[in-house]
Amino acid sequence: MDKFEMQDFIARRVARELVDGSVVNLGIGLPTRVANFVPGGVNVIFQSENGFVGLGPTPAEDEIDPNIVNAGGRPVTILPGGAFFDSATSFGIIRGGHVDLTVLGALQVDARGNIANYMIPGKMVPGMGGAMDLLSGAKRVIVAMEHTAKGAPKILKECNLPLTAVGCVDLIITEMCVIKVEPDGLKLLEISPGYTFEQVQNATEAELRWEND
Amino acid sequence: MKKIITFSKAAEMIPDGASVMFGGFMANGSAERVIDALVARNVQNLTIICNDSGWIDRGVGKLIVNKQCARLITSHIGLNKETGRQMNDGELAVELVPQGTLAEQIRAGGYGLGGVLTRTGLGTLVAEGKQTVDVDGVTFLLEKPLRADFAVIFGSVVDKGGNITYKGSTNNFNNIMATAADVVILEAEKLVEIGQIDPNAVITPGIFVDYIAF
Repeated sequence: MDKFEMQDFIARRVARELVDGSVVNLGIGLPTRVANFVPGGVNVIFQSENGFVGLGPTPAEDEIDPNIVNAGGRPVTILPGGAFFDSATSFGIIRGGHVDLTVLGALQVDARGNIANYMIPGKMVPGMGGAMDLLSGAKRVIVAMEHTAKGAPKILKECNLPLTAVGCVDLIITEMCVIKVEPDGLKLLEISPGYTFEQVQNATEAELRWEND
Repeated sequence: MKKIITFSKAAEMIPDGASVMFGGFMANGSAERVIDALVARNVQNLTIICNDSGWIDRGVGKLIVNKQCARLITSHIGLNKETGRQMNDGELAVELVPQGTLAEQIRAGGYGLGGVLTRTGLGTLVAEGKQTVDVDGVTFLLEKPLRADFAVIFGSVVDKGGNITYKGSTNNFNNIMATAADVVILEAEKLVEIGQIDPNAVITPGIFVDYIAF
């Protein structure tokens, strides 16, 4: 798999977690692509933290409305039944527990469900945007990311980058596997075709519990 | 009726060293023409409060590229490389604030509240040096209200009384910033007579607005 195929593979697996009728916020990058794989018969309402629910697909070049952008500032659409509002309402929705699921990327995740995804001190400091609010307010948090960064583990015993939030990750989905964060550590739920437990564990610093054969 | 002024007149009202809130989210719903006038006037040493630092050629990004900002309070700077460069070279002080916290701090500043209690940021760098408050056994971070000397906001359709309706996602921080500054300057994309906006459709009441730039 090339990088694009790998990210689509992850996005497709995340999409299977979508629950009919739920309100979902997708982060920028890989998580945004989850919207391309919503299973048939499942209707979800996508929230865009810059101020609307009912986020629709990217418009064709000649159908762009410059007034409607997503949280990455890119042109998007709003579906019938959607609604626009200001940032206070948007984050009332997020912090107030009205978002059922958020899917975010990460630089690091650890065995206690801590996540770091907004800065590498001295190198890259984009800022947290809405991520800290989403992590503390959404009912369920899925991290969708490539399993390693150029071979170096991203799923660690303990994050060493500045945290975006503490103990809030529920599920980690990578090209190699699906991991559930439990109170006593990380439980491996699925191994992707083509990988062995040993390969997954070797690419993961934190200890994984694997009960299946 | 509000005082209706030109974009350059609006820019003349804002002196060097002022603190200014700018509406807009990645320049969507930014007062681009007032910002252009501020660039032309080359006002210096601004404290800018804005969701993000825009793009190098759109939104408040233009003020940053032109080195008019000394201090930036924002949630995201990732799409304007010049912000990061100035920050790393010590030319610009950047305070990163979670987006929802920023929105609520501004709302608190405009709504006469003494602060915000939020769980966002607990256990992170954001919480460092800040007071926490326990409410019924739950710990919250106390975030203080935020106000500015000026708010420069945008409205898609504005009547001459300053009432605003927004198109698409252009509202974002505009509605809350309208409440939280000593002087509120509203850039109108389209200006209509009083009575031409149905009171039921008004999102931001005109009483918050001091000047309409058109």
